[in-house]
Amino acid sequence: MIRRIGYADKELVKTKFPSEEILVRPKAIIECYQEIPCNPCETSCPFQAITIGEDINHTPVIDYSLCTGCGMCVYSCPGLAIMVAQIKDKRAYFKIPYELLPIPQIGETWHAINRKGEILCDCRIEQVMQSKKTDRTVVITASVPQEYLYDFVTVRKRP
Amino acid sequence: MRERDLIIVGGGPAGLSAAKIALESGLSVTLIERAHDLGGQLVKQTHKFFGSKSEYAKTRGIDIAKILIADLEAYSSKLEIYQDTTVLAMYPDHVLTAIQGRNYMKWKAKAIIIATGASEKFLAFENNDIPGIYGAGAIQTLMNQYGIMPGSEVVMVGSGNIGLIVSYQLIQAGVKVKAVLEASDHIGGYLVHASKLVRLGVPIKTNTTVKRAYGTTKIERIDTVRLDPQWQEVEGSEESIDCDALCISVGLSPLHQLLSMSGCEMIYINELGGLVPKKNEQYETTMPRVFACGDVTGIEEASSAMVEGKLAGLMASYSLGYEHPQFETLKAETLHQLQNLRQGPCGIKIRQGLEKAGEAL
Ligand SMILES: Cc1cc2nc3c(=O)[nH]c(=O)nc-3n(C[C@H](O)[C@H](O)[C@H](O)COP(=O)(O)OP(=O)(O)OC[C@H]3O[C@@H](n4cnc5c(N)ncnc54)[C@H](O)[C@@H]3O)c2cc1C
Ligand code: SF4
Ligand code: SF4
Repeated sequence: MIRRIGYADKELVKTKFPSEEILVRPKAIIECYQEIPCNPCETSCPFQAITIGEDINHTPVIDYSLCTGCGMCVYSCPGLAIMVAQIKDKRAYFKIPYELLPIPQIGETWHAINRKGEILCDCRIEQVMQSKKTDRTVVITASVPQEYLYDFVTVRKRP
Repeated sequence: MRERDLIIVGGGPAGLSAAKIALESGLSVTLIERAHDLGGQLVKQTHKFFGSKSEYAKTRGIDIAKILIADLEAYSSKLEIYQDTTVLAMYPDHVLTAIQGRNYMKWKAKAIIIATGASEKFLAFENNDIPGIYGAGAIQTLMNQYGIMPGSEVVMVGSGNIGLIVSYQLIQAGVKVKAVLEASDHIGGYLVHASKLVRLGVPIKTNTTVKRAYGTTKIERIDTVRLDPQWQEVEGSEESIDCDALCISVGLSPLHQLLSMSGCEMIYINELGGLVPKKNEQYETTMPRVFACGDVTGIEEASSAMVEGKLAGLMASYSLGYEHPQFETLKAETLHQLQNLRQGPCGIKIRQGLEKAGEAL
């Protein structure tokens, strides 16, 4: 199914999330469902929280007890398949990779978008991080009501 | 006629990697590239590469090219580079002829490495010659090398990695991608690349292809048609999409001509993209001391092209009596890397193809 439509449905997405108790701290959510020859997520994590192993085709496995939510894997993944999620005060906070113009600015309200490309709700741009290390990928922190925890994937400028 | 130790044809990731190893082995190297810039496909790739760390994964293609070129700087006294120079012919006695502008050149080499890469396949449909219908490579060259927008509303044909990545790059350039069409029943490229597009609102239409294009001086619209599991058109399933550019990305085939014309034994292998040279474990073709590496030996990826380039460089040097200081280690390492890259489900086509070519992994 996913090979036909190109995105994961909610059931599949949920398998990549830790429990909501664990998400009181920020954790990486890795949506890499297919065995491809790729491993920058593993080699970029300073805490060895992601394992692919000897066979570079294996899909990444995360150890939540080691993940600090630092976000280095977010901009290192060439598939833009990793985000960091956290639950705080009934809102879900996400660090996502973003590579389009215009770049969102802190404090702005943008649309929150789901995996199908549909508008979910408004979201707040909390933080915008860009440095030499992120290599022209911007890491955006955005927040949405907690009910959209398993739906949110990116932001889009409101018309 | 000028005599040379080693001539490498093609300055993409395979040729550049081969050059580095041959220089390290102590050989003098002549590198010939028909384009203005060295780097091959890499000079158009603005995205971060997937692959392994040792082959610069997560670095953008354009920057990988810079790294590979900078790696050669230390050897400038032993390296001669011809850019804007197209090799026209290769003969069985190791003679190569080339043209640079109006300048015709001729060399004889002790050993040759062919790393010419691949060319794009095209698609037959009604009116496929209207202006505004491009190959994905042309779109990338216009957009990423010269900063020219190919159109404002594009339809992409083909959902392999190239189709998906070029669609993403079009969106980054501010172009609307109205749809990605895919004739088979599933997306050809990596899911992560497809998901990037779907979340940006691009529909990926499987079991669908382009039927005809409309427009007089330039493309204005296309008709799509649905295909059944036997790839037959489903009657009454035609739909129109307005667009001012159409991008065809239906695969690559090896640029085999220099090898074919010189009499190397060639085999047609669908899984490798077309005609490829038969070669032994030393990456040598059936012509002694003519080696081949990269996409010209089978369509794959930059990561494997670089590793193959290293191997071809090692073996070509060895064949001329120049053994790399770390010959055995490098040989074992590169062979292991290739096997590792190809062993997953995405490597199945390449494994089957190599098996047909008589090269077990
Ligand atoms: C859109 C796109 C995205 C890609 N993304 C990735 C990725 O993320 N990761 C990855 O690993 N791979 C990726 N690839 C694949 C990768 O770019 C190629 O597999 C790789 O470049 C092949 O290297 P090569 O050196 O064999 O050939 P090329 O890069 O094609 O280089 C061949 C060179 O030979 C020159 N040449 C050809 N004929 C002659 C002649 N007669 N005389 C002189 N010079 C000649 C050409 O001008 C060219 O510069 C991508 C490819 C495309 C198109
Ligand atoms: S967020 Fe940081 S610690 Fe967690 S997996 Fe990614 S790189 Fe590692
Ligand atoms: S870096 Fe991204 S695309 Fe590559 S294996 Fe890791 S999660 Fe998957």
